Amino acid sequence: MNVNARFLTNRIAQQCAYKRIVTFSTKPTEQSAAAAVPQQQQQQQHDAVAPPVRKPIVPAHYRFVYPEFLPDPKVEWRNSIREKLERLDMLNRRRQIELPEFYVGSILAVTSSDPHAAGKTSRFVGICIHRERCGLRARFILRNVIDHQGIEIVYELYDPTIQKVEVLRLEKRLDDSLFYLRDALPEFSTFDEHMEAETLEEGTPVPINELKVVLRPRPWLERWERQNLRGVANIDQYLKDKHRKSSEKVQKPWEKYDLMKQYRATIPEEEQKEIFAEVHTELHTLELQRKRNKRKRTFVKPKHLA
Amino acid sequence: MAQILLRNITRASNSTLLTTSRIGPSPLTIPAVAAANSLSQQLHTTSPCCEIRKLARLRVVDNSDLGKRAMAEGRPPRCIHVYNKRGVGLIGDKVLVAIKGQMKKGILVGLKQKQRLKQPQFDSNNLVLIDDNGSPLGTRIHVPIPTVLRTILKEKTLSKGADYTKVLAIASRYV
Repeated sequence: MNVNARFLTNRIAQQCAYKRIVTFSTKPTEQSAAAAVPQQQQQQQHDAVAPPVRKPIVPAHYRFVYPEFLPDPKVEWRNSIREKLERLDMLNRRRQIELPEFYVGSILAVTSSDPHAAGKTSRFVGICIHRERCGLRARFILRNVIDHQGIEIVYELYDPTIQKVEVLRLEKRLDDSLFYLRDALPEFSTFDEHMEAETLEEGTPVPINELKVVLRPRPWLERWERQNLRGVANIDQYLKDKHRKSSEKVQKPWEKYDLMKQYRATIPEEEQKEIFAEVHTELHTLELQRKRNKRKRTFVKPKHLA
Repeated sequence: MAQILLRNITRASNSTLLTTSRIGPSPLTIPAVAAANSLSQQLHTTSPCCEIRKLARLRVVDNSDLGKRAMAEGRPPRCIHVYNKRGVGLIGDKVLVAIKGQMKKGILVGLKQKQRLKQPQFDSNNLVLIDDNGSPLGTRIHVPIPTVLRTILKEKTLSKGADYTKVLAIASRYV
């Protein structure tokens, strides 16, 4: 009886802890890290006491790999039929083109058809500094410095004119969006256009690049000192007392305890499960197909001589 | 121009310069104007409006002698007229600029403003100087220019008399 009661309370605690997860966040949250350890212990206890339960079919990392499948949590904008139709359209598009897993901080190369360009296609390499919106409207911003000129391009992920999306380096950064690269020294957003794709071994977690960016002196585009950035090295150097005071004033340290705010800003876990259960099989088969095709494509085409 | 610059200074609420400007129509010495000029370039009194309107500072990106000297001196050209009906310069628009005491025409080849999907947004407002016939003053553009310009400039060439496609010929790279 005692063991059973403890097990029950554990489960309830677990459910509460995992109910809501911010979809776009790449920061390792303290809560989840802290909760991960006791969970393992619970699992061991669980195995010892009761027979093992079947694992859920949908992998837990899907909400990070395919964040655009989760709808906008704003209540006024929810419409279950539209969301369903959009998901079908997204799957249709994914059958045509490979849209790989990537995060803010990954380096991408996007080839899109461009009626204005000479070869009717244009390729742009850059670091993904922001990902936003969901469904068919999901989009991301790439940034690069070419010939000492900073350039940014916004792409929609499900844009039919996009021909190819390659991930040249799959990694995350310390922050959720990297707009501060606009105010950083140019070498931090300079990437070689002819860079080759770096392959990660299968099953390894996505590495987090702990690079700290060096900002150039003021004037800046935004008040970076107010945003609690982790990926900036030298922000203290440019702060005066008035900046520190004003940034302290606008801080909202109580917000992490605001359960309602969190509730409104996220999709509940049950709903997430429902959504991914709907698209999971299709996505999984597509993944397997791509893998098979990749293995086939390793054959190197002989060069045409003379 | 001196009056305009002075007006900027008064907005900047720099006390020492304010006193000089309050004196009114007294003849200003040249060093005072130069100091005011350099100050007005460093001070940002308002949040940056990325639109190209009158008095917007631009960056010359071709290798014309005039443009190079103006940029090296730290006195970038200012837009004094936009040749469209909206008054806000978009990509490929012709503008009239004041550069080193002269009036020159130029074409906008890169903007800081939000752009459409798949079109590049630059970190600076770039300009290529042209003469009245549309032929550029320099011989090379040393930053990438957007591919849309090819279409835009071709269309403008057809409707207007000048041939703007010569700007495309001196571009080193497209994005």
